[in-house]
Amino acid sequence: MNTAATTELRVAHDRRDLREALAAFALAGPAGALILVFLLAPLVCIGLLSLTDYQLGAKSLQFIGLDNYASMFGDRVFRRSLQNTLVYAAVVVPVSVALGLGAALLIEAGSSLRAFYRTVYFLPVMATLIAMAIVWEFALHPKFGLVNLSLKWIGVAGFDWLQDRRVVLYTLAGIGIWQSVGFNMVLFMAGLQAIPRDLYEAASVDGVSNAWDRFRTVTWPMLGPVSLFVVVITAIRSFQVFDTVQVMTKGGPNRASEVLLYTMYTEGFEFFRTGYAAAVTMVFLALVLVLATLKTWFLDRRVHYA
Amino acid sequence: MNARGLGSLAGALRHVVLMLGAVVMLSPFAWMLLSSFKPQSEIMSGELQFLPQRWAAIENYAQVWSRVPMGRFLLNGAIVTATIFALQVLVNLPCAYALAKLRFRGRRALFGVVLLGLMIPMHATAIPIYILFHHAGILNTYAALILPFMISVFGIFMLRQFFMSVPDDLIDAARIDGMSEIGIVWRIMLPTALPAVTAFGIFSVVAHWNDYFWPLIAVSSKDLYTPPLGAAYFRLNDGGTDYGVLMAAATIVILPLALAFLLAQRRFIEGVTFTGLKG
Repeated sequence: MNTAATTELRVAHDRRDLREALAAFALAGPAGALILVFLLAPLVCIGLLSLTDYQLGAKSLQFIGLDNYASMFGDRVFRRSLQNTLVYAAVVVPVSVALGLGAALLIEAGSSLRAFYRTVYFLPVMATLIAMAIVWEFALHPKFGLVNLSLKWIGVAGFDWLQDRRVVLYTLAGIGIWQSVGFNMVLFMAGLQAIPRDLYEAASVDGVSNAWDRFRTVTWPMLGPVSLFVVVITAIRSFQVFDTVQVMTKGGPNRASEVLLYTMYTEGFEFFRTGYAAAVTMVFLALVLVLATLKTWFLDRRVHYA
Repeated sequence: MNARGLGSLAGALRHVVLMLGAVVMLSPFAWMLLSSFKPQSEIMSGELQFLPQRWAAIENYAQVWSRVPMGRFLLNGAIVTATIFALQVLVNLPCAYALAKLRFRGRRALFGVVLLGLMIPMHATAIPIYILFHHAGILNTYAALILPFMISVFGIFMLRQFFMSVPDDLIDAARIDGMSEIGIVWRIMLPTALPAVTAFGIFSVVAHWNDYFWPLIAVSSKDLYTPPLGAAYFRLNDGGTDYGVLMAAATIVILPLALAFLLAQRRFIEGVTFTGLKG
């Protein structure tokens, strides 16, 4: 081979690689820098802060090791907050996933009014939650609200939905469900539409004749990945509950509706106990990361037969 | 699901169930709207009445505008969401292209970081960013509302996905024609990716118009309030028990997005649940 030609070729390649690398640097550089400043550095900071006694505005801070975590888990308020958040998620996830699936199945089962139903069920997802929280607060008013007035109309006594300690967390969960059903429904609809028709035909050739068996043998297995996805996403969204608590109940009455992010908010931005709030954030982050990792792992390993 | 279609009984049943659900989904909106048309006396009557007997819409809505700077709130919402989206395209689209089509050292690391970032909710990084802004003296400014969201790993991920499906010949042809990489990004990639960019735009605008948590901590003066903050402010400070006016305020706040949604439902649903990646 001609040595001069190969050298020329190699120089041209090197020049092209350099050109590409420089272009990449210019194109991805800003994003990379922002990721560093607004994603990676804060993550490291939150971890470090949780080990200190920093209070915003203080001149200095001290490393106190795991003291924040110790006092956190010994604190009745934090334990209640964590418990409430888990209970909230435990209610919202199964119900909104089941209702979302049900709605998706029903809508997909027929061909009329699909767009109408899809729009109506999705509207709560889009509407600014704070505004709707204010509406719900009024609707849940024990004397003048829609809920109790309707119950009165059919002769049932209503609760004091937001002031009754036994009920308030479930009331908030109900609003959370109302807001999530449409989101889950749309995800399930996409999953249903992705199921190949031939599977149903093959099933009916095999003697599967009624709707329930069709669901059991074809639909449900094929929806496996989507279902897992929806469950995890709903759980992560549930852990992030904040708006309704901050506007409607402020964690009350008596911490009955105190949730993790609300605790983080009050500790970090009302009391400015930054180090402690950082520790609360770490617990929140741990919960979310466990779920997110689960999702990535399971969904990336599944084999599809489609 | 069933290609053969439902029998008429099953079909009717389907509508009954779905309609009941629809009523539940819509009732808060109906309640909000109708209450915003009622005078205080009817609201406090303790009777279940759908339509107002006396039409008080004008008073209620006028009071919203006179008691809080609602126009300012809406304007802030528009400014903040539009700026965030514009900056997001500026920063994240080129990065997505580089990750999809260029070879460079650290590409895998960068993409790994993007994947990691997808799992991190914004609440987790709020405290350090707040402290940073505090020391930089930019709390309580538009910058505080906009800067943290310029980077969008979700946007990078989504757009990269899209770009990877664009055939290389298009790009090679442009390179042969002497176009620079930056030129390729803005003159070829952006137009090609318009549907994906639109879906992302909808996702971004909805998410940031509705965001309450970050504006709550980043901003303290009323003239910087975004619509959610404005609504909460009204409820906590001035609305009190004037439910008719409160409901009118709530209506105004959700109206822009709700209208846009009704006009372009498919796009919205795509945008907000786009491959359902962001939790």
